[in-house]
Amino acid sequence: MVRMADIPEWERHHHLDKIGELPDFGITPFVAGPPLRQRRVAIVTTAGLHVRNDRAFDPGAADYRIIPGDTPPADLVMSHTSVNFDRSGFQEDVNVVFPLERLRELAAGKQVGSVSDYHYSFMGAAPILALEPKARELASLLKKDGVDAVLLSPV
Amino acid sequence: MGALGHFLEREGIATSQISLIREQTAALKPPRALWVPFMLGRPFGAPDEPDFQRRVLHALLMLFERPTGPVLEDFPEDAPEGASHEAETTFACPVSFAKAAVDDGKLDAALKREIAQLAPWYDLAKKRRRRSTVGISGLGIEGAASHAASYLDSTPAAPYAGLSAGVALKRACDDLKAYYYEAVAAQPGNLKAGDIEHWFWHETTAARVFLAIQQVCLNSPDKSLLPLGRISLVPRSVQHALTEAKRQS
Repeated sequence: MVRMADIPEWERHHHLDKIGELPDFGITPFVAGPPLRQRRVAIVTTAGLHVRNDRAFDPGAADYRIIPGDTPPADLVMSHTSVNFDRSGFQEDVNVVFPLERLRELAAGKQVGSVSDYHYSFMGAAPILALEPKARELASLLKKDGVDAVLLSPV
Repeated sequence: MGALGHFLEREGIATSQISLIREQTAALKPPRALWVPFMLGRPFGAPDEPDFQRRVLHALLMLFERPTGPVLEDFPEDAPEGASHEAETTFACPVSFAKAAVDDGKLDAALKREIAQLAPWYDLAKKRRRRSTVGISGLGIEGAASHAASYLDSTPAAPYAGLSAGVALKRACDDLKAYYYEAVAAQPGNLKAGDIEHWFWHETTAARVFLAIQQVCLNSPDKSLLPLGRISLVPRSVQHALTEAKRQS
């Protein structure tokens, strides 16, 4: 976001106070892999996106929605519960949150190996540890799709 | 977001994430993160800036080439001119929220008039963008307005589609806000995100309706409405400005 030094003190406190509430994950796992030009990439967003006719996210939802790779941008909507981030950018251009078109361009230019057939969306206001069961499930699905690189996009 | 990086990587899936709040990401230590100096809600910088978005995406992807981690790198560019939020200045000012000359008892009718006035701009926005993000409630914009405005009466409309009162009202209000945001963005002036937010909260009847609904939610015996009263209807910046204005009056 804008630099902490540039935002009002009350907002700065809000964000910095959250640090004390974060869980300790211990040692950071780090999975090695092939060069980028050989990787298969999926996008996982926590923007609360979903296909228009899919189920909207309920408050605190820790499950995910599937975004098939052939979903037209016009079919993507957002049901994130937070009102504290900008939505006008997403309303104008999906790629500012979910850059699937940009990813396809990089794949066409051989800078990445391929783009996954499926992408996924969580709703970022969920309790942080509640995401783990669905994240484990998601990892299994990503492996079945041959994905070895996931881009995580918050709002 | 940092938690998902840990969870997926533990299962053998490599991840690279955008960081919007560097200090939180530094504390969580996810495997790979690219901090970007962009406003919340715009992790790839700015809409309709494909070259810029591509540079952010490329920098994010390049973190997969790092041999060890955790990695927290800073993206060196600010978002393109015209993408600034300006909330710091707009909401630092005292607010009146009273520009629309409407009695509180007639907010319902005024809201419907305002929606009708915005309709040509909403239609234009939808035509230009070939999409609209309105539709979460499934009620249509008039239905969403009626549902929300019913909370100004003593007998709010019943929830729909098996939802709790709070979720149904939240979705109706989200549709209303999206309609207003998309409509005004089509008007002349090339409004920035902060301008749109300022306009909505300072100049529209809809904002007055939202603020009235917020009080209803805070005082309702229906606990599903409490989150709307507290956090998920009125942004922190607006709430802060209101509190300051009240303190100074």
